Amino acid sequence: MASEMNDKVNGPAAAALLAGGIGSAAMGVITLIYELDDKSGFSKSMTWYKPVGGLSGKSSWAIIIFFVSWAILHFIWKDKDTNFARISSLAIALLFVGLIGTFPPVWHLLKGS
Amino acid sequence: MEMNVREIWTVVHGMVFGFIFLLGFSGALYAVYSLKAEWLTTEGMTKTVNIIKVYLWGLAISVWAAVFTGAWVVYPWYRATPPDGTTDLSAFPRSLLLANESTAQWHEFGMEWKEHVAFLAPIAATVVAFVVNYYGAQLARKIGERRAVMIFFIFAFVATAIAGMFGAFITKAAAVR
Repeated sequence: MASEMNDKVNGPAAAALLAGGIGSAAMGVITLIYELDDKSGFSKSMTWYKPVGGLSGKSSWAIIIFFVSWAILHFIWKDKDTNFARISSLAIALLFVGLIGTFPPVWHLLKGS
Repeated sequence: MEMNVREIWTVVHGMVFGFIFLLGFSGALYAVYSLKAEWLTTEGMTKTVNIIKVYLWGLAISVWAAVFTGAWVVYPWYRATPPDGTTDLSAFPRSLLLANESTAQWHEFGMEWKEHVAFLAPIAATVVAFVVNYYGAQLARKIGERRAVMIFFIFAFVATAIAGMFGAFITKAAAVR
């Protein structure tokens, strides 16, 4: 308990939060690009497994981006204290980028349909 | 009372894995909220934190299992294309919904949102489990970190609730069979 009470640096927590935001935003942005033109080369490349269609690539990319960015940020910040308030605010904003990018009316609005 | 394999997987996806997360959310959120140094003794803090860690990892695993079974097991049955000339679309839920103007929005809005937004939930839930696991009892003295964790967790819940709600409605309109 005593060792646990020694203040830990906030870098690893900041890295996890920011990676979560990046993963979420990646899902939103990839989905949005896909939906704006689902016949494009980019969209066709998202079909990793035919029965699942484009969702297989979109979701897999988001998960890969989440874990890879987490590993990189963790490596950079694992022993550091970061500006947690700023990073967590950015992470939360990125979460909402994911929410907006996956919302179908936004696709239709941007497509003009 | 009989259920075929597709129906069993649909239940496992939504009523087991998804439901565990939705049901467990409020208790876990309150547990994180109540991690306050002024509310708990040192011994109480240690015990509470250990329970919360297991609880949160359990919920994160459950919501990962929900999205993977949903996307990779149930979804292919939902979106399967019927062979040419098929008139009975009951085994092809997506086509069945799109065939009727009054039900098309269940796919075009409901399913399209559900299948994408669901993936935000396990990402956010994993971050929550990691941060609580990392700080342990120290989280009681870190207001900003605790607040960020709770926002992420509420976000995961909202994403899961959207997916779960549309899953239930769509199953009512055109079940995977």
